[in-house]
Amino acid sequence: MSSSSFREVLAAIPYAEFLGVEAIGGADDQAVMRYSGRLVGNPMLPALHGGSVAGFMELTATAALSASSRRIQGPKPVDVSVAYLRSARPVDTYARALVRKAGRRIAYVHVLAWQEDEDSPIAEMTAHFLLADEILAES
Amino acid sequence: MISADLRGILQQLVSAPPHPAALGFRLDVIDDDGVTLAVPWRADLVGGSGSGVLAGGVVSSLLDHACGMAVWVALDTFQPIATLDMRIDYLRAAQPGCDVFARARTFRLTRSIAFVRGIAHDGDSDDPVAAVQAAFMLNSDSGRRPGANLKGAGS
Repeated sequence: MSSSSFREVLAAIPYAEFLGVEAIGGADDQAVMRYSGRLVGNPMLPALHGGSVAGFMELTATAALSASSRRIQGPKPVDVSVAYLRSARPVDTYARALVRKAGRRIAYVHVLAWQEDEDSPIAEMTAHFLLADEILAES
Repeated sequence: MISADLRGILQQLVSAPPHPAALGFRLDVIDDDGVTLAVPWRADLVGGSGSGVLAGGVVSSLLDHACGMAVWVALDTFQPIATLDMRIDYLRAAQPGCDVFARARTFRLTRSIAFVRGIAHDGDSDDPVAAVQAAFMLNSDSGRRPGANLKGAGS
């Protein structure tokens, strides 16, 4: 029995559908949050809500970890830290998760979010996750 | 005392911007000490499939919004601010099917920066589900006009 793919994990989360988040192609670490009006937090600039960007990055980290482990239960966030580097414009947003360390119980993940230019990120996140203790039986 | 003008603006800022409106945020308490916002539980905001627990990102959004509003309460005026960073500790899972509340308070205000702390809970503020610490830049528009974000967006 194999673990769920990055795409399958995102597709199964109601909040990911609410935000318009889906995997990009066959990637197992990269996702897009399709622009929609309801992501806007500041209609004057206009800019996406910081919370929607944070939620998107957390989903990307969760899916990347779920896809790379054989645990029964999904990873649980312990703490997340977000640095906002630029205001998020009303366009599609991309994120890539890098699992920096995955131990037996704890994983540490770095997520980068950008819009037009990956070299000009709009936000970065670092997060710790608790991995469930049970491991899927090989079969 | 918070001015009636600011109180009115803050009430607007919970329900009018599209993202808080789409998530169903409402203003629970506003006083000199800060604000409490609430997000009603909804099936389409759940995190893990079948868990029935609001997604961490929903709690993050609520805390982010509450922290920003706590800055305006401390300033006793509305001005452009920008979140610099936000650190959230998820202390325990919220109860399935429960509304979540976020309480935030500015504990230090300088000329340029506001430092804010808060908690999220699912009914009992002595048993929080999450804790937040955030820093905001004040007067963040630096002369930019409405619509500035659209220039060169390429779409």
